[in-house]
Amino acid sequence: MASKAKVVSTEHLSNDDIGQDVRLEMFRLQVEIRDCEKRANDLFFQNLIKGTSHLSLGQEAVAAGVATAMQPGDKSFCTYRGHAHTLARGVSMEKVLGELMLRDNGLMRGKGGSMHLTSAEHGVMGSYAIIGAHLPIACGAAWRAQYLGEKDVSVCFFGDGTTNIGAFHEALNFAAVWKLPVVFICENNLYMEYTPIGEVTAVEHPAADRASAYGLERIIIDGNDADAVYRTALQAFAKARSGAGPSLIECLTYRHSGHSRADPAKYRPPGELERWLEKDPIKIYRKRLLEFGASQEQIAAIEAESKRKVDAATEVCKAAPPAPLDQLTADVYADGGWSWRN
Amino acid sequence: MAELTYRDAVTRAIAQEMERDTKVVFLGEDVAKAGGVFKATVGLYERFGGLRVRDTPISEQAILGAAMGAAMTGLRPIAEIMFSDFAAVCFDFIANEFPKLRYMTAGQLGCPLVVRTGNGGGVRFGAQHSQSIENWTMMIPGLKVVAPSSPVDVIGLMAAAVRDDNPVIFHEHKSLYAVKGEVPEGEIVDTLGTAKILRPGKDATIVALALMVPRALEAAQTLATEHGIDCEVIDVRSLVPLDTNTILSSVAKTGRLFTVEENPRLCGWGAEIASIVADEAFWDLDGPIVRITTPHIPLPAADHLEDLALPNAPRIVERISRVMNGSAR
Repeated sequence: MASKAKVVSTEHLSNDDIGQDVRLEMFRLQVEIRDCEKRANDLFFQNLIKGTSHLSLGQEAVAAGVATAMQPGDKSFCTYRGHAHTLARGVSMEKVLGELMLRDNGLMRGKGGSMHLTSAEHGVMGSYAIIGAHLPIACGAAWRAQYLGEKDVSVCFFGDGTTNIGAFHEALNFAAVWKLPVVFICENNLYMEYTPIGEVTAVEHPAADRASAYGLERIIIDGNDADAVYRTALQAFAKARSGAGPSLIECLTYRHSGHSRADPAKYRPPGELERWLEKDPIKIYRKRLLEFGASQEQIAAIEAESKRKVDAATEVCKAAPPAPLDQLTADVYADGGWSWRN
Repeated sequence: MAELTYRDAVTRAIAQEMERDTKVVFLGEDVAKAGGVFKATVGLYERFGGLRVRDTPISEQAILGAAMGAAMTGLRPIAEIMFSDFAAVCFDFIANEFPKLRYMTAGQLGCPLVVRTGNGGGVRFGAQHSQSIENWTMMIPGLKVVAPSSPVDVIGLMAAAVRDDNPVIFHEHKSLYAVKGEVPEGEIVDTLGTAKILRPGKDATIVALALMVPRALEAAQTLATEHGIDCEVIDVRSLVPLDTNTILSSVAKTGRLFTVEENPRLCGWGAEIASIVADEAFWDLDGPIVRITTPHIPLPAADHLEDLALPNAPRIVERISRVMNGSAR
């Protein structure tokens, strides 16, 4: 998509409102997500991860920036492309890779798989694989906070393709009318699945150009710049916590890999991937850290630690058993079982 | 003991549960200030306030999604889907979201909510506002499914549904809203998964649900007085969980089973019961199991055609007497 829209630029050099500790944390998250996603890809080709898998390679800055701006207790609602958002809330690689490998040590003991990562204790309230479903669900969690006077924010991540399904529009209207503390984050990676979003959408910016229909501000940011994501998310969360209602943020980014494991992404025009690799969020951020005075050693240490973590997690998961057979019928109903009759 | 309509029983049930637990909230289209299009929730908004009883836009996906998000983070929502036919526009939540959450998350999250919906025909609303969709919901693992036939059951089963930790689909029958019944004073709480024998009998078992229950009772009366056939009538009440014990015990006694179902024929709930009885009580049966259902058609609006479609007492009497007398099925 040839975007002519103004992208909010960050005046990072003149005013360091973020600080080095937060920056190092956002770098660590992006690197760890990248390494874990690459490992997931490798494990796929070793047939150690089955089913399907949707990677966030190239989109790490959105997950890192938003999660770093979140408070403990805030709720994340993710899509099937949700590994990054789950890791960014502090869930271990072992728990994530274990689930992708469908082992008993996985987040959901292998019962959910790659598309449904959930860690309630980290506020990751599920990854939803039916496009659009989790936008209304995030509204409901926000309604609970509003009703009980709790201060947490519900954050809902989704792709550009979601903006053309009914639930997106129902949820935006609902959240605006009820002034719910929910923040909608659209990761516009230019492709709904295989089809360019621009070919199937009436407006240039699939999320932001719909915002005015719900009385919301049109927000478009560079989704490959974790600082821009972090700053914008902080503002939206402050608005939500103050009772001023929802925000819709469109993050411009790019998926380095195909839609899913089965997709070699041959539909991309020549040169597009290369141009976006120049804007790789981790590359941008490594440079940013150096500009703000981080040392090569600090950066190298984070990168080395990430490699060590992913290797260690891989070994643990390879050795982990699958779930015991009684899990087949466990947790259908709240009594822990599956009984539908006496 | 006071008389209450089925409609007023809905209001009383919701009020009883909202009074008991401040986590119970209620949302839907026109349910608050207008008191519901069927006037089944009149006064709740005034009594419990706009934070707990909320009007929504015409957005069924938002209604059910919001109920789910609230339920999984600590509230006990009751959501109204005005006509059960509209379940089709938010079926993702009914089929994919509510019932899979606990299983897919290995028990990390649950979805304790109630969806109450106006189900069934007899009100001349035509094919898209008259369906009996209880079988759509019965077939999904993870849901509980209830369909009361009397005011007292509305209250008791609604209370049980709200207190249950699972998603419960609560089918109210539109043609029963005006029906009156005796309701005791004080709190009423029933048990999901229990059928009720409303008329004991020795010759044949009739199982029925919702609007078909009063029709089956009327038929049983005629069968007894005019045909000498003594029928036991069971109100199934709860399709999931299903009280198979009550049904199997009855068939063991009578040796005959008839189902009376408002749903179109294919995959109606009675087919599942027939299958269970055939599997587990075959040697108790003295003759074939017979299902009396709406034909496999959309429902017409015209009153004489709709009346022809839905099972009624004369049709039940005719069918059962013919079969019991050994004539052709």
